[in-house]
Amino acid sequence: MTPIRIAFLGLTDAAVLIAARERGFAGAQDIALDLVRDTSWATLRDRLVYGQVQAAHMLAPLAVAVTLGLSQQPAALAAPYKLNVNGNLLVMAPDFAAALEPEPAARLNDPLATAHDFAAAIGLHHRKPIIGVVHRFSSHALILRYWLASAGIEPDRDVILRVLPPSLMVEAMHSKEIDGFTAGEPWGSAAIAAGLAEAVAAGERIWRRGVEKVLTFRQDWLESNPDLVDRLLRALAQAAVWCDDPANRAELAALLARQDYVDQPAELIERALMGRIAARAGEPPVDLLDFLLFAREATAFPWQSQALWIYSQFVRWGMVEPGADAQARAAAVFRPDIYRRALADSDTPMPGASMKVEGAVAAPLAIGAQRGSITLGPDRFFDGRAFDPDRIADYVASFEVPR
Amino acid sequence: MRIVIIDDSGARATVLEEGLRDAGYDDIHVVPPRGAFVARLERMAPDVVLMDLGNPSRDALEEMLIVSRALARPIAMFVDQSDDGMIGAAIDAGVSAYVVDGLRKERVKPILDLAIRRFNAFARMQAELDEARTQLADRKTIDRAKAILMATRGLSEPDAYALLRSTAMNQGRKIVDVAAALITASDLLGGTP
Repeated sequence: MTPIRIAFLGLTDAAVLIAARERGFAGAQDIALDLVRDTSWATLRDRLVYGQVQAAHMLAPLAVAVTLGLSQQPAALAAPYKLNVNGNLLVMAPDFAAALEPEPAARLNDPLATAHDFAAAIGLHHRKPIIGVVHRFSSHALILRYWLASAGIEPDRDVILRVLPPSLMVEAMHSKEIDGFTAGEPWGSAAIAAGLAEAVAAGERIWRRGVEKVLTFRQDWLESNPDLVDRLLRALAQAAVWCDDPANRAELAALLARQDYVDQPAELIERALMGRIAARAGEPPVDLLDFLLFAREATAFPWQSQALWIYSQFVRWGMVEPGADAQARAAAVFRPDIYRRALADSDTPMPGASMKVEGAVAAPLAIGAQRGSITLGPDRFFDGRAFDPDRIADYVASFEVPR
Repeated sequence: MRIVIIDDSGARATVLEEGLRDAGYDDIHVVPPRGAFVARLERMAPDVVLMDLGNPSRDALEEMLIVSRALARPIAMFVDQSDDGMIGAAIDAGVSAYVVDGLRKERVKPILDLAIRRFNAFARMQAELDEARTQLADRKTIDRAKAILMATRGLSEPDAYALLRSTAMNQGRKIVDVAAALITASDLLGGTP
């Protein structure tokens, strides 16, 4: 057995890694998978960059940011495999949410109307609302900014974004340090169950197929260990299919609930897995069936257009100077070539292209596949914009940044 | 040179602070990572910030380092990347150090070396403490099992212990495991403690 150490945060979307270890998929590829749990993204990043682990369960934007030298020590990172799509929830304290549409399903299903309600609620609040985000370079922060700005809210002026690790959010709500937060599950559901918050928006309704966590390596390590990387990806692809199977959800929830993984009740973890989100404590859940995806629709395939969407948002918010070099390095973080190599002889469906227009699919669409058949689910942004990776400057310019 | 230690374990911060004071540094502040600690830190304008690598507040600190307008000079983790060996030792010891840009390497190195040694010493102390606690708990379990044997089989204390030991040896188990099994069995049978 070849040992490999992978750092992760205690989140529901670490499921594929945990299942690969606990259900024997890694062992079947002759890999002894050692999972190292961290609390903060900074620690996870440093363990990867400085070589304490070989891979990490990383926020996709953080992988791009480290490569571009935006987050401490620059290092070329490589993400050949997406661990999930979607899975985030924005929750706010009940006193703030009282100014929003009261019917939870209507609120979550119409993010445009809710964004405008949210803008009004900021005016009614006694001070700028403080919203916890897990990291500056997180999909949560980028999606939150995108959503707020659609209603004319300037995220750096009209609200206070406070950075906190996901597992500390509930405590921060309790002590009223923050008025709400956006984080991966189960932390939104934990705050809701404790009566501290209500669901306000689901990531899946803002961008229906949002890029989230990626399996990230140091590029040099990835290049010099091709056989091990391929075996690991094959194990993860099998684990992901197992995780996506409704028949395995109860077992998966129980597994994730363990003290050494997410350390939260299985009943809370199951909500995201089943796509049944209770928006308020004690109320019947709202069905969000695509709340969290692991395998179907070739979820794990690292579309380079998605790395470029992240880059476009960095440019939009002034986090990076635009330039051809930075753009090329950002795209190169996602490694569909490695994915293709590793899964070439498996039965995992394989897309023909490596880039696509993001946000262009309104109804399930069959796409060209080298093998198997792939039907992409709807991937629209709630405002109807599409991201064409060949026209990034136009895309960025199309946002009226309220400054 | 102003050094800030961010730590919520009082013991480790004390161990580190003492070391730094002995080495002649006197502008040292310990800040627990709670409440508005980031704003407090910003006002202090430190030259070096030391904290546990796994401290969950590092994301908040780094965010402040990016957005702060109050800090005159940028601060980053391990500004000088030339000393790979030292950085490796720091990461292994669980030390993260944020250093103000422009601070010369010769001035940072002794601080970092000291932090690494103190963090390692603290980790050893912690491990020894944990071991001592386990030993104490084991001894209590064995004492209870001995008491059960003495009461139910009329054995002397040395004989009770000898019986536990020989049983453990015959079964290839630890004495404390045999003792725990005996206690469980005795409880199930409604025996006296």
